[in-house]
This record gives sequence, structure tokens and C-alpha cells, in this order.
Amino acid sequence: MDFELMVNSFPKLLNATLITLKLLSVSLIIGLFIGLFFAILRLNKNVFINRFAYGYSYIFRGTPLLVQIFIIYFGLGQIEYLRSTIFWVILKEPYWCAIIAFALNTGAYTSEILRSAFQTIKPGLIEAGKSLGISNKIIFYKIQIPIAIRQSLPAYGNEIILMMKGTSLASTVTLMDLTGVAKYIISTTFKPIEVFIVAGGIYLFMTFVIHNFVKFLEKKYSFNS
Amino acid sequence: MELLAFGDTGWGDELFYATLMTIAVSITAILIGFFFALIFTPLKLSKSKFLNFIANSYTTIIRGVPELLVIYLFFFGGTGAVMFVASIFGYNEYIEINAFITGAFAIGIISGAYSTEVFRGAIQSIDKGQFEAANVLGLNKFSKFFKIILPQALRLAIPNLSNVWQITLKDTSLISVTGLVEIMRQSYIAAGSTRDPLFFYSFAAVLYLLLTFLSMKLINKLEVKYSRGY
Repeated sequence: MDFELMVNSFPKLLNATLITLKLLSVSLIIGLFIGLFFAILRLNKNVFINRFAYGYSYIFRGTPLLVQIFIIYFGLGQIEYLRSTIFWVILKEPYWCAIIAFALNTGAYTSEILRSAFQTIKPGLIEAGKSLGISNKIIFYKIQIPIAIRQSLPAYGNEIILMMKGTSLASTVTLMDLTGVAKYIISTTFKPIEVFIVAGGIYLFMTFVIHNFVKFLEKKYSFNS
Repeated sequence: MELLAFGDTGWGDELFYATLMTIAVSITAILIGFFFALIFTPLKLSKSKFLNFIANSYTTIIRGVPELLVIYLFFFGGTGAVMFVASIFGYNEYIEINAFITGAFAIGIISGAYSTEVFRGAIQSIDKGQFEAANVLGLNKFSKFFKIILPQALRLAIPNLSNVWQITLKDTSLISVTGLVEIMRQSYIAAGSTRDPLFFYSFAAVLYLLLTFLSMKLINKLEVKYSRGY
């Protein structure tokens, strides 16, 4: 055990954790909107819209995140047309490519979580709203969405943790996130176990914080309180 | 399309073998995972706090740390660990473990943590009366587990195990960082030499979709088979 290396690499890894957190939070926020959008499309009665939303979530859940990042980072740059448009400003940056891939990926999972949450809302609640003369729009925003959010909290908490682990793939497109820096230190010092303990410890700590934060939210918004 | 031709002119045959490699690694990994689950599920269900602690540490650490980091640990640390064990037995030559074993083992350990949770949940949700009835009938531990508990647990576990399989299958794409030529690695090589990454990575995505689709079909059949009593 090389404790000196562990102590020395800790600040470097902690610094890289900031990038991991940035990637995670930005892609979660964008992904939440994408997920909500597609969940609403899934509830639509139109077959084509429904199929489209299902296809989106099927493709993104059925392929590895690594493929998705590579298609966006290496693949899209190949299209000549894209290079001349304004999108190129975003697509030439590995940081934004990673975020787009993460957001689309978590968006697919989030849409499934939200869809099942919407579907488990008891019809009686919506009927109660209708009989009180509340408009459909307000029923959706004031009754369905809050209940769905509460309903989907446990599953969404898991998704946040999965996404946090997913951000490690950013290191494959040259970003120096926590895993990227850990790999760099391992490959220069050949001390994999020490670095793994420190980097893994930081990841575990984040998992622990997210897990407890979601639990706290669950308690706060539980129906029984 | 000529990019996908079989033989020397295209990448069809290479990608075909790469797909077989992905399937082989996935199956090996999930079997290694089941082996780990077989060890850790009893520990999780045991009454001993200490054994519980060991099993919980395993599942918590593996499920809280990115797969890629675990793979790097095995990739860079695997050789050292094996050589250390070998040196205890007096063998000091350099040992190289191949990428297949490293990768399958790394993914297997990850998949084992998920399988453990699935089996624990399945066994816990079996009615207590079943255990008691088996005891009353005087069945020994072996037949109690294999004839009473396991068949019922499998029925409950299969839908969740199919999720574990999907996760495992997708995780094998990460082994490409160790140089094992599976779908991702082969697409990377093909994309590099033809300068057509969009096509090859999209094709890789299609291959993965095909694999997940076909395995879902197979698992659904299994599900029907194991729930025939219901």
C-alpha cells in the first residue's frame, strides 16, 4: 500500500470530481425535460406519436451508452453539412457531446420512469379533479405531475446514481473527469489498487449522498405525513 | 453496403466474429456473476451480522462505483494480482492474462452484485410457509433448496435477471478499452481505417439492439416456462 500516493492523488481526483458533478447535473437537468417531454408523448393516444416516443426510449435503452457517445462525438463530426452550421460550435466540444449523449440516455430512462408513474395514478384522482370543474391543463400540472414526481422518486434516485456512474464514460472522449484522472494516475504509477480505493471512495461518497438525499425527499413528500 | 462485405474487401466477417465475441463475453460474465451471487446471496440472507456486512459491502461498492473504474482496476491490476499469487507458489515468471478473462471477470463481478440483489429479493418474497412445509416434510437442506425454493425463486427472479442480462450485455462494450475485439473495438478499428465512424458506430448500435431484442424474445419464453404452474 502506497499511502503517500493515495494522499497525493486525492486533491487531483477531488478536482476532477467537479467535472463529474458538472457533467452529471447538467445532463440530469436536460434529461429531465427530455424525459418529461417523451413521457407525455407516450401517453398520447395517437399511434404514431406513441410509437415515436417508444422507439426513442427503446433505442437509447437497448444500446450501450458508449456507442451513443461515440456516434455523437466521432460520428456526427463526419457529416460535412453539420460542420457548416451553428451546431458545430457545440459538437466539436467533447464536453457538450458527452452531455448530449448523457442527456439523451437519461432522458430515455426518465421517460419510462415518468410514464409508469403517470399510468399508476388512480383515475379517481383525475375524475375528482374533473368533477370539481378544474380544467384539463390544471389537472395535469397541479394533480398529475406532483403525484407522478412523488411516485417516481425511488426509481429516479436509482437513475441519478446510474447516470453518475455513466459520466465515467466521458473519459473515453478525452474529458478528464474522476475516472479519466484516475486512469491517468494508474497508467503513470501502475498502482491501480491505491487509486481505485481513493477514486472509488469518492464515487461511493457521492452515491451515499444522492441515496440519502432522495430518501429525504421521499419522506418529505410521502402521502402519509 | 460494400463496407459490410465478407472477406478481405469489407468488415462484415470481422463484425460478425466481434458479435460472437460480445455474446461469448456476456455469457461468461453473467455465469461468473451467478457464481458470485451463489456465494453472496446466502451471506446476505444469513443471520450473522458479520456475513451480512461482507455481502453488503460487496454489493454496495460494486453498485456505487462506475463499471469503467472496475475494469481499469482489473486491467491494470489483474496481472499484478495473479503474479503475486503465483509468486507465493514460487512462480516468478511474467504472466499475461488475456483480455477475455480480465474483461469477463470484471463484468462478471459487476453483474454478480446485481444478481445477488435479485436472488435475495426473490428468495425473500417466497412465502414462509414453503420453508416450513419443506421442514415439516423432513426434506434435507439440499432438496429443500433445489426442489422447493429455487424453482419458485427462479420464477420471481427471471424478469429481474433479464434486466441484469441487458445491463451485462451493454457493459461488455466497456471491455473494448482493454483491447478485446468485441463489437465496440471492431467498430473502432473499422471506423479508424475507413474514416467512416458514423456508419460503423451506428451499425454497432444496430447490432446491440438486435442482441437485446433477440435475448428479450428468448427470456420471454423462459418466463412462460417457469410460470407454467401459475
